[in-house]
Amino acid sequence: MTTTVKSAYWQGVRDGAPFFFIVSPFALLFGVVATEAGLNVFEALAFSVAVIAGAAQFTALQLLQNDAPTVIALVSALAVNLRMAMYSATLTPYLGAAPMWKRVFIAYFLVDQSFALSVGKYERERNWGLSQRIAYFFGAVTPVCPFWYVFTVVGALIGSAMPESLALDFAMPITFIAMVAPMLRSLPHLAACFVAVAASLVLVSLPLNLGLLAAGLLGMVAGAAVELWVKRVKPDLAPQGEEAEA
Amino acid sequence: MIDHVQLWLVIVGLAIGSFGLRFVFLGLVGNRQMPEWLLRHLRYTAVAILPALVAPLVVWPAATGGQTDPARLGAALATVAVGILTRSVFAGLATGVGTLFALMAWLG
Repeated sequence: MTTTVKSAYWQGVRDGAPFFFIVSPFALLFGVVATEAGLNVFEALAFSVAVIAGAAQFTALQLLQNDAPTVIALVSALAVNLRMAMYSATLTPYLGAAPMWKRVFIAYFLVDQSFALSVGKYERERNWGLSQRIAYFFGAVTPVCPFWYVFTVVGALIGSAMPESLALDFAMPITFIAMVAPMLRSLPHLAACFVAVAASLVLVSLPLNLGLLAAGLLGMVAGAAVELWVKRVKPDLAPQGEEAEA
Repeated sequence: MIDHVQLWLVIVGLAIGSFGLRFVFLGLVGNRQMPEWLLRHLRYTAVAILPALVAPLVVWPAATGGQTDPARLGAALATVAVGILTRSVFAGLATGVGTLFALMAWLG
């Protein structure tokens, strides 16, 4: 079965569509919080367009509001975003052959949702070529990123507190859990997830969000180690090792 | 109130830094083959980093002042279970949101 570039794009749109309902209220919340912190509509929008990363934006805003030094606000928010470098490395075997200008756009639109959907899809569609992968990535971006900007502006224009009963604080956790759960399809994946979760809870008090990175790395090491172990003990059950070949 | 010069320094710095982090491997490594041991670790990036990011938020939500909240914990567990069983992001998402509101209404 061959997948045309166009249908790969629309598959991405379809898979990304549910996140519209999560990302939009989250962006709305950012606009509201930004306005309450004293940003005007243009500043809130500039923040969302320039950074396009919810967790980092909230972190920076909160620190600025608490009169933290500029450097601390910047370093803390970048630390929250350090995972993007790992996403970049993970996607490189799949997308590294793209022309430079496309890689620039892929990098800009590399967010948790586009990353998780794409990696999950590429692992399943091993016979996809570069053009299908690129099309899928931008398809997944389409229902998510533009609305990050739009609803930041809407939130900044509304500018008043959202009712607490909406539990918007939990939009991001639920989204990320829903993205990851379908990927937990082998013993190494389960091991990586379990170790990362346990480590993140133990290391939560480390400064500058370093607990997140340490926990993530520990989880990755655990996944890789279990993968080697499974290959040795039950070669027929091992996840495919050479999936990186373009 | 936020100082606007400081704000713009942070926006610009964060824009450059975030793009740099996103671009570093895609842009600089590009088409070159990466070693197998590195690829073996990178296969687990998503299932390690994302859970590590949300686990503390699930167990100690800021909205409840860091107190473990049965509604949020239950919603998270339901999302995991349905996501693993159905292999569907959307089913997990819908279950999680539904469970959260149901439990919040039920537990008051």
